[in-house]
Amino acid sequence: MRIGGWLAWRRARETDDLNEELGAHLDMAMAERIARGESPHDAKLNARRDFGNPGLAQELARDQWSVVGRWIEQASQDARFAARTFCRAPAFTAITIATIALGIGASASIFSVVNSVLLRPLPYPHAEQLVRLEDDYLATGARDVGMSTPEWRDLQRSGAFSAISPTWFDNNNLTGQAHPERVGLLIVAPNYFSLLGVQPQLGSVFDRNDPTPGFNGQVVISDGLWKRAFGSDSTVLGRVVQLDSDSYRIVGVMPPGFQAPERASGARGTEVWPAMGFAGNPITTWAQRSPLFPGAIARVRDGLSIADAQRRVDALVETLRHQYPADYPATIDWRVRLVPLRDYILGDVRQPLLFLFGAVGLVLLIACTSVANLLLIRATARSRELAVRQAMGSGPSRLMRQLLTESVLLSLVGGALGVAIAYAARGSILHWVPDSVAQLNAVTMDWRVVLVAFGLSLVAGVLFGLAPMAQVRRLDLTNVLKQEGRATTGSGDQQRTRRALVVAEFAVSLTLMVAAALLVRSFRELLNAPLGFDPHGVTVVRTRLPYPNDSTEDLYPNAGAEAPLLREIIRRGSALGGVREVAVGSGAAVPLDHPEQDQAVLRLVLDRRASANNGDNTPVWTTASEVTPEYFHLLRIPLVRGRLFTSFDTDSSPLVAVVNESMARQYWPHVDAIGQRVKTSPRATQWTTIIGIVGDTRSDSVTAPRHPQIYASLYQRQGKHLAIFVRGQVETGAIERNLREQVQAINAALPVFGARSLDETVTASLSPRRFAMMMIAAFAAVALGLASLGIYGVVSFMVTERGQEIGVRVALGAQRSDVLRLVMRQGVEVALIGAGVGLVGALAAARVMAGILYGVRAWDPWTFTAVTAGLVSVAIVACYLPARRALRVDPLLAMRG
Amino acid sequence: MVRRSPPTSRIELLQGTLDLIILQTLRWGPAHGFGIMKMIQSQSSNTLQVETGSLYPALQRLLRQRVIAAEWSVSASNRRIRIYRLTAKGRERLAAERSQWKRLTEVMAALMQRPASDEP
Repeated sequence: MRIGGWLAWRRARETDDLNEELGAHLDMAMAERIARGESPHDAKLNARRDFGNPGLAQELARDQWSVVGRWIEQASQDARFAARTFCRAPAFTAITIATIALGIGASASIFSVVNSVLLRPLPYPHAEQLVRLEDDYLATGARDVGMSTPEWRDLQRSGAFSAISPTWFDNNNLTGQAHPERVGLLIVAPNYFSLLGVQPQLGSVFDRNDPTPGFNGQVVISDGLWKRAFGSDSTVLGRVVQLDSDSYRIVGVMPPGFQAPERASGARGTEVWPAMGFAGNPITTWAQRSPLFPGAIARVRDGLSIADAQRRVDALVETLRHQYPADYPATIDWRVRLVPLRDYILGDVRQPLLFLFGAVGLVLLIACTSVANLLLIRATARSRELAVRQAMGSGPSRLMRQLLTESVLLSLVGGALGVAIAYAARGSILHWVPDSVAQLNAVTMDWRVVLVAFGLSLVAGVLFGLAPMAQVRRLDLTNVLKQEGRATTGSGDQQRTRRALVVAEFAVSLTLMVAAALLVRSFRELLNAPLGFDPHGVTVVRTRLPYPNDSTEDLYPNAGAEAPLLREIIRRGSALGGVREVAVGSGAAVPLDHPEQDQAVLRLVLDRRASANNGDNTPVWTTASEVTPEYFHLLRIPLVRGRLFTSFDTDSSPLVAVVNESMARQYWPHVDAIGQRVKTSPRATQWTTIIGIVGDTRSDSVTAPRHPQIYASLYQRQGKHLAIFVRGQVETGAIERNLREQVQAINAALPVFGARSLDETVTASLSPRRFAMMMIAAFAAVALGLASLGIYGVVSFMVTERGQEIGVRVALGAQRSDVLRLVMRQGVEVALIGAGVGLVGALAAARVMAGILYGVRAWDPWTFTAVTAGLVSVAIVACYLPARRALRVDPLLAMRG
Repeated sequence: MVRRSPPTSRIELLQGTLDLIILQTLRWGPAHGFGIMKMIQSQSSNTLQVETGSLYPALQRLLRQRVIAAEWSVSASNRRIRIYRLTAKGRERLAAERSQWKRLTEVMAALMQRPASDEP
């Protein structure tokens, strides 16, 4: 603005200077003539005549000015003129700006999410060096099985990394306060924070070379816990806290907003970080080469790419496999995979987000098309004005620039409004983003979003400015000017362009609508999918038994010791008001909601004498959960054959298990699974006998109807993370309070938390899908609205320009229906062609979407037919409204023109 | 660019020659626009008449090319006038264009004196 002002001032000064110079010239010429003897009057006249047109001289002199200066002057002229024209056509201007604002606003909103989730690097220095290490058993298909301490040490010596830290998420009971609280705990190596390159806001982090084999007794806590449990007390450093009856000293407080770079949202919310060497108390099995902790994060050594590091790791793995053939048999094909930390955290949100981004791109495309159409209609209406200006000496390039200025001006105003809309809507967008979308970076509108929004609107402005420009090039002065005051008709070419644009709009709308319809149908199918269990009226409340580091202090060291607690919880729970049934299970027993630390995947060794492949002792991987006998009835999981657990299956009786139908079918395809024996780990000494088969449940994901699942009795295999299942007329808040009272009456150190109805859990497990569905549906609605507006515009413009013809037809006896048919045919034709093109696009889109659809075929004929029919009927309505005006045409008025 | 009146005695300037003429005129010393016009008229014995509509755009063009410079002064009749003078760059340009002009006139003269039979 300042530069523009300065230029204007300079221009004004130069014009003054030129005027003065030319004035002096005239004076001198006059003086010379008077000196030659002419009368002052004649001298003045003659001097002026000789001088020529002073304005022309000035204009020509001005032409010599800098290109930029001239350009800015003309641009500001164009802009002022454009602003005046817009004020004269407020309806057109408002609709156009609103359309652009809608398109840009939607794009900017989605982009702000994509930007913070996918584009911005993780908030750590040199985040590109950070990786997650995942162990795979490729041959068995098992991925990310976890890592052992010897492997961790070998990898540290590989030279590929500057640091590696295991991360092991767990819940813990924070005691010593009014009532015990459950906190998220991430057990890490002492080098964890220096590996990430983060500093605490208070105190220090661990000494990264701390050689303590077990827990070193220090913890770093989160800002949230510091504020909540310690009232932001700055003397908290050095204070001792009780976690699961063990004492730890607080050494540091992390800054606000710091999240652990983990995939599971629970682990990201870690509040306490204890450090340990993973080679001592309480872990006794640390020297074994079998998975101990879930995984590790690492920083690749400076100067190495991730691919280089992967090669070194591969070489190391190869050596280790030769060195320890018993631990790494060729039959499991052990590998260690380096995953860029950001990819690991993002998991599978990249696909849906990019999908959304594509959809919003289509919406923007429609918005641009609509605006191009509006501008085109307007340019047609203005062709007379343009012709007059051209006749008076405006070059075509000057006229085109005028039109371009107008469209760019419109798009920039629309873009600004769009950014404002996105800014206002950022709260509600966040509300719809599911928790599973990692937001290590807060979703904000940064300069990048604003830049992209304005860039988009500028590009859009130029693009849809091009449409009417083609028209100026073909402007036929004589014809347009000859038409005197009459409304001008668009040429055949213009009509075609306009219709092509509306066809494009309908095509894109249909694509989006089919995508939305398929997603909605999938979602409905999922909601109605038989879960295999009955979630209605079931509430789950959680508790957790402590894991003291010194096992002699453990009140519940085995199933036998835990049994009385479980029986007491069930007895007291059943006595609560409104409660009809109570069962207890391990965390993994809660369908559709098992955080990482609850996931129990067993390495089962089948007794292969009777199974499919004889003598093969390769372990198989199966999800497992431990439950009390009441569990199956409470969740209405049907017994297919055999028997369920009874109160006689205890730690002193033979080990028994129940499997689901998928497991029975998969592992004992030819024999009866009942009576077969398995070992629950390769090192187990006792065999477990299968006593019953129950129905499959969708406990892993609503979309996965069957996967092998084994159930053990909680009275035989203990669980420390417990879920209390309650069926009855209860309110979640009240049942949590009541159960807490009852559980803490048994043991005051047990936290009771996380009450949630199972219905809610089922719904929440679908929330990422719901998010995608809602967004696509919203986009489809916007697209349909814009396309309808487009067809409305085309038909109503046609009614205006052919008013005379219609009048003649009516005067000659055309019936209402004839007129209606005449007018509507054009609009409906356009809609049908658009739908046809859109069907092709929709087929392609559906193919891409096939992976995320459920219970509905990608090329579902019913959906395609219904959506197309819907679109065409909307188009007919959009045509009918302006077509009605054609019926009201007064033949007399129309013909008089 | 230059008005032909009367048509017989006045000649039209070739494109670009006005710039050369202005530079040549300014070689004798700084001058204002009117002065330059008069000097061209008198030195060409009134054969060349430069119009203000050509002169001032040319002056602006030469200013932009930095071959002439201008400063404001006050005339005898107490009017602010713009005085133009040649710059060092202008002297170089003038020297170059003069030798070019010389070669062009020689070539043109030679071409024009050829017998008619040479023409195809």
